[in-house]
Amino acid sequence: MDFIEIALLIMLVICGISTCVTKNLLVSLIIFMAYSVIMSIIWAMLEAPDLAITEAAVGAGVSSILMFLSLKKIRDLKRKAEKDEETEI
Amino acid sequence: MKRQRFKTWLSQWREDRFDWTSETMGELHPSAPQAQPEDDAWRDRPVRRLYEGELKFFRSTFSYMAAVLAFVMIFFLLRAVVEMPNFGSADSPASTSPVIKRYIEDGLKETGAVNIVAGVILDYRAFDTLGESHVLFTASVAVFILLLQTVPEKEKERERRILQDDLILKKTAQVLIPLLVLFGIYVLLNGHLGPGGGFSGGAIIGSSFILYSLAYGPERLSSLINMKTYRAIVVSALFFYSLSKCYSFFCGANHYETIFGPGTPGAIFSAGLIMPLNVAVGMVVACTMYGFYTVFKQGRL
Repeated sequence: MDFIEIALLIMLVICGISTCVTKNLLVSLIIFMAYSVIMSIIWAMLEAPDLAITEAAVGAGVSSILMFLSLKKIRDLKRKAEKDEETEI
Repeated sequence: MKRQRFKTWLSQWREDRFDWTSETMGELHPSAPQAQPEDDAWRDRPVRRLYEGELKFFRSTFSYMAAVLAFVMIFFLLRAVVEMPNFGSADSPASTSPVIKRYIEDGLKETGAVNIVAGVILDYRAFDTLGESHVLFTASVAVFILLLQTVPEKEKERERRILQDDLILKKTAQVLIPLLVLFGIYVLLNGHLGPGGGFSGGAIIGSSFILYSLAYGPERLSSLINMKTYRAIVVSALFFYSLSKCYSFFCGANHYETIFGPGTPGAIFSAGLIMPLNVAVGMVVACTMYGFYTVFKQGRL
């Protein structure tokens, strides 16, 4: 049990650091999802199953989807601006 | 060799960052002033030269200052973690506080909830949860004000076709969605008997709605959740919650006898108002999750 806990904590730190170091925003978001999943396993091991359920549903599910949608919106805006520039020229 | 590679990596990262922000800012605000073409006249003015020097200084020190700030924060947070009592130790505030004794010893008798956590958050301290659900409601109102479009945007046909034709997603959703909804309802109704409760159950049901909308398109769900039903569900759930728990603002957080007694602990219809309150919170959370998703995605509910 101890070994699994230490391994999970090390993975948590790695995920946290690589989330802010990664250059590609999409990859960074996916790593953040993995962070949430690991965190929910840790909650379950700390005997807080209700928090684990909430973390898995909100942290890994809903908030990541909202961030994916925001990223897609930003890229759409970028594409639209590029198209506008082309038509102007 | 290694140091050189690290330096190039760092400079690349810095450049990327600056490029990215400047580009998106320019696009989000099309009227924002674009970079002026090179004009040598301004270089002669001393004020401009000073500004340029400051900018260069800022760019060269930005990443180092950020690193220093991050390390200071890490130091203070780690100090706080070291000061904290060990997990499960007998002299931590969580086990020496007199409130805990009453919650654990008399909680089952007074609230009728087998799950002491549910008894605390929805009976003893129900007005905290009242504030939480209103915070969630306020957040959803703010998101709607910002992102709701009155004129429906034209759907992108190609994107819709790709989504509609995704066989793997459809088949997976077919298997998963009934299980997800059932599990969500179980967690919602069983909040006073086991781990779970309003927030977790509502989040599970909301995510299953999002999965359905991803797999089969939002049109099919809009007969179940549209602006009218969203308003009716959220407002009536919050109204019920406020009506049944607002006495705490007048007579403090004391336990107050209702017509629904504690009942037999362990039965599904027990623990007074905890189960209906769980259902109310869960409906608010589920509707808010799905509403966030649709408003982010297409600007309407």
